Amino acid sequence: MSLKDRRLADLRARIAEVTAADALALQRKGALLVDVREDEETATGSPAGALRLPRGFLELRIEEKAPDPARPVLLMCAGGTRSLFAAEDLLRLGYEDVRSVAGGFSAWKAAGLPVEVPPQLDAAQRERYRRHLTMPEVGEAGQHRLLRSRVALIGAGGLGSPIALYLAAAGVGRLTLIDDDRVERSNLQRQILHAESRLGQRKVESGRAALLDLNPTIEVVSHDTRLEAANVLDLLAGHDVVVDGSDNLPTRYLVNDACLRLGVPNVYGAIFRFEGQVSVFGGAAPGLRPCYRCLFPEPPPAEYAPSCAEAGVLGVLPGVIGTIMAAETIKLLLGLGEPLAGRLLLYDGLRGEFNEIAVPVDPDCPSCSAGARPELSDIAAVCAG
Amino acid sequence: MTTAEVTIRVPTPLRGFVGGRDQVTVPGATVREALAALTAGQDAFRDRLFTAEGELRRFVNVYLGRDDVRRLGGLEAALPAGATLTLMVALAGG
Repeated sequence: MSLKDRRLADLRARIAEVTAADALALQRKGALLVDVREDEETATGSPAGALRLPRGFLELRIEEKAPDPARPVLLMCAGGTRSLFAAEDLLRLGYEDVRSVAGGFSAWKAAGLPVEVPPQLDAAQRERYRRHLTMPEVGEAGQHRLLRSRVALIGAGGLGSPIALYLAAAGVGRLTLIDDDRVERSNLQRQILHAESRLGQRKVESGRAALLDLNPTIEVVSHDTRLEAANVLDLLAGHDVVVDGSDNLPTRYLVNDACLRLGVPNVYGAIFRFEGQVSVFGGAAPGLRPCYRCLFPEPPPAEYAPSCAEAGVLGVLPGVIGTIMAAETIKLLLGLGEPLAGRLLLYDGLRGEFNEIAVPVDPDCPSCSAGARPELSDIAAVCAG
Repeated sequence: MTTAEVTIRVPTPLRGFVGGRDQVTVPGATVREALAALTAGQDAFRDRLFTAEGELRRFVNVYLGRDDVRRLGGLEAALPAGATLTLMVALAGG
């Protein structure tokens, strides 16, 4: 008897084994089924709902997926041998109920049990997103989620620049840029999406070129148009998140109201000189998250707004606020952490201070209270910063 | 007994009314008193914050700590010693 066979006989005497059919029943009752084969092996098929964790990383990563050592774990390999070795390792690690699936994936398939083909990242994608893939909070499943995501970005200007660049870099699969301006030299002090070499181009085209240069594997849809009540629903529908980097209050109210209609979260940011605001509005069940009108029910009349010509902004300020907006967007797409909702983050660049104020849901909100159906309208242009 | 001092944070669009300062300290035992002290002698500033009836305009928010004073009793809300009020208006820039 070879050393290996002697060892396997010893393991079989000590490690519980289950049939593929029993494994499926246990999985449905809450056991964690782990496919410990290598990525090349699972690429063509793996049990539906299984955690795919190659044996080489098993002890290192299992706790991220199974923090409760009392949860039953079922290990599967190709034929039921490697899973025996792996089971012993997990028992030694401290898992209390670890079993090996007899016959492995071959038996699973032969029994006609549910199989899925996991989406695959190619070698270039693996390299590009390596720093995401090594983080358990993103990982391969999260990266696929980003790649399947669609984000609409209103404004390809100051805020839009860092937002678009970071979302493209992160691998958000489809970015829709909406802006009706051309690139001017005075934009380049802060709008890092554009460049001297693209002066005069439509911003959405200049932005598209920059984003595809950074990440040619994503899709960038450009709409060289101004958002209006008549087109807003068509332009924003079908997106997972809308990011408002617009530069005027009428658009902000319109985006808010359209997002409520569509049930899509709206990542909001606004800047003026050394000051910025960020929050996440809507996109949850009614009454759970406030909207922009819960914070500011109506815009100020034009006579109370400073003239647009006086407006200035420190070039880096949209970078500070826009990157927070990009982070909130990615959190929403991945369902990570706590969204910046129900509160408004205020940045005071001169003092180097962040402060937060509460933004509760307004039960009488004209847009998002029960029964309200926000009217989409093009309110008169006002310029308040 | 002297009235407590209140710190009022002023947002960028309103700093022209307070000599460009980002915060101002005024006396006041209630939100109304503090804002009256802040806008004293400046009709344009007062009109910016209040309606003719003396109510806070809908596009101006005032926070005591992190809470909107409208939820704390409005302009008559009492201010503890050393309170910080934050005035806020919408910013549009992007």
